[in-house]
Amino acid sequence: MTEVPTDSLGRDHSMEAPLVPKQTRSQAFWDLFRQNRLALAGLMIFVLFFFVALTGLVLTSGRAPFLDPAQVRLQEKLRPPLSNPHLESLKPEEAPLLGVYLLGTDDLGRDVFARMLQGAWVSLTVGFVAVGISVLIGIFMGGIAGFFGEQHVRVDHLLSVLLACTGAGVMAGGGLIPGAMVLFFGLGLFAYAVFKKRSAIKGPMPIWLRALDRETLSVDTVIMRLVDIMLCFPSFFLILTVVALLPASIYNIMIVIGLTSWMGAARFVRAEFLSLREQDFVTAARALGVGSFRIIFRHMMPNAMAPVLVSATIGIASAILTEAGLSFLGFGVPPPHATWGNILSDGKGFIFDAPWLTFVPGLAILVVVLSFNLFGEGLRDALNPKLRERS
Amino acid sequence: MLSFIGRSIFQKIITLFFVSVVSFLIIHLAPGEPSQVDPLNPKFTPEMVERFQKAFHLDEPLHVQYLYFYRDLFTGKTVSWKDNQSVLAKIWERFLNSLPLFVVGTLITWTLSFPVGIRAAIFRGGLYDRSTTFFSYLLISIPGFFFAYVLIIFVVNTFHVPVIGMETFGLGEATWLNALMDRVWHLLLPSVLGATGGIAVLSRYVRGQMLEVEGQDYVRTAKAKGLPPEQVHYKHALRNALLPFVTMFGLILPGLIGGSVIIESIFSWPGMGRMAYEAILARDYAVILTVNFISAVLVLAGTFVSDLLYLVVDPRIRL
Repeated sequence: MTEVPTDSLGRDHSMEAPLVPKQTRSQAFWDLFRQNRLALAGLMIFVLFFFVALTGLVLTSGRAPFLDPAQVRLQEKLRPPLSNPHLESLKPEEAPLLGVYLLGTDDLGRDVFARMLQGAWVSLTVGFVAVGISVLIGIFMGGIAGFFGEQHVRVDHLLSVLLACTGAGVMAGGGLIPGAMVLFFGLGLFAYAVFKKRSAIKGPMPIWLRALDRETLSVDTVIMRLVDIMLCFPSFFLILTVVALLPASIYNIMIVIGLTSWMGAARFVRAEFLSLREQDFVTAARALGVGSFRIIFRHMMPNAMAPVLVSATIGIASAILTEAGLSFLGFGVPPPHATWGNILSDGKGFIFDAPWLTFVPGLAILVVVLSFNLFGEGLRDALNPKLRERS
Repeated sequence: MLSFIGRSIFQKIITLFFVSVVSFLIIHLAPGEPSQVDPLNPKFTPEMVERFQKAFHLDEPLHVQYLYFYRDLFTGKTVSWKDNQSVLAKIWERFLNSLPLFVVGTLITWTLSFPVGIRAAIFRGGLYDRSTTFFSYLLISIPGFFFAYVLIIFVVNTFHVPVIGMETFGLGEATWLNALMDRVWHLLLPSVLGATGGIAVLSRYVRGQMLEVEGQDYVRTAKAKGLPPEQVHYKHALRNALLPFVTMFGLILPGLIGGSVIIESIFSWPGMGRMAYEAILARDYAVILTVNFISAVLVLAGTFVSDLLYLVVDPRIRL
């Protein structure tokens, strides 16, 4: 039996054509990425943070958690980090798990280490879910603007959307059932108007029907003006307003941050799609009779993901910062649950007596956000085709 | 040129209209009524609530409320729902408080970023470049409220000066020099904090622009001619690298009204951001919407100014 030569990825090279590049794309990417030591450190901290948040979730949730972040011990308040508990004044079930307050206690004697672990999961999920929402909206909007941008919005589209909006307005105003009926009718009409051919009726049409087919603005203009409108809002102020008006919940924060930060991703995807649309492989796919959706998702999207990935990584960093700022101001997750922002906010009254209440959560946010930023920048450099060719 | 200006103003007015509609809808469709802010207050009888709703047209349908609100705004008659003071007068008063923070912060940003960025570009890849790169990431990543407390602890422990508020209360007898130094100490920390993010971003941008220009052929020619490096860097490269920054003067305009909510509430600075925060807590829709509208106007005006500056500065652009 002869041995088949394989490379490090375990793939068969015996039948290799001479022109296939020696390195796969992911290998080339990894080689380039590895040279950037800061980015590598960022990636490592990010992975570490992920596991810490996961263990934190396991250790601090449930009915009888191993580390209870809400355990109040008033006789043990404001103990500095690494101090031993006064075991004689505590009930056995109140003693900290490791027999030591790793990161000290706060003004109610709660273990800061347990609270930090609980807060890590909040930061992680807020970052990922908010950015996930914003990237999905951004890809959708940018993809439509980039691929179907030259098509025009017709009068019947506008009318059906107007109808749907009226329905939504009636629903909000109190008339639930008639509002919902108008809303669904409008949406159905919109779907019909989008998919029907331009002049479905053969022969002479009455004037009012032809007016429905009038073309107004292009799709690209509409979406890009929408982006402009969204960029006009002062973002932190808008998020703060909406979060303050809505009931306090972590999900509202994720959704609001996601809904107010998709503009960058939309612009990137649109720009990439505009250039990809003109390239030969897309023309070839179209000549083969591949449908629009398959071209978009199979052929163009993988090539357009690089800048989106970079902006998403940096977006996670800023989402974590935004969430921390919101919980510092007292919005967001309701009190007994700890977040890094509200640990810091609770500790601000004791900055000279108990500086660890400021420094522990502050440094944690700093390190995590920094790691995401460094990782994102490293990703940007490694995905940059100019640099890849040079090496 | 004139047609460009006309078209751009027309577009911006349409954008502004949609912004006004969207912000109005966001505020009014959110759950909770402004009249229910204080339901436990015994003075808040149903008659009071009714009079309140009547006074601010809250019993009308939404589109009528919209028209009333923006009519009042454009005629300058909007009053705060909290204390019946004119909103524009309130904003003006708070704006004057925020202005020194903005001016000092912008000055710090622009005077620090350029030397740092240019030096990092000239010595590309060196120790200085790498350390400033790392520091700028550090400054972008540090949460403003944490940095604020670190600076407070440091300054108060080292220099023993008060830093919270706009000035020390009850300083009546002090000489003018003491009073001035008091103001300076109070101004320093919030404006440095306001500038941190700006310094990090702007210096990276300066570095990128410099690198791009330094890589061009005419710079290499200038070097090959044997010109002294100072002349190449500052006369040939820098002047062309400066071009995009002229337009950024337009983009700092929105910062005028932004005023950082977090920084101003940490330092008890009675500025714009703090007023907006208090308005949000009190559900003072008139103030929230006005601040939102003015900042949208400033964003649009800023982009307009920067487009115009680009036209004036760069003769290659002809619209």
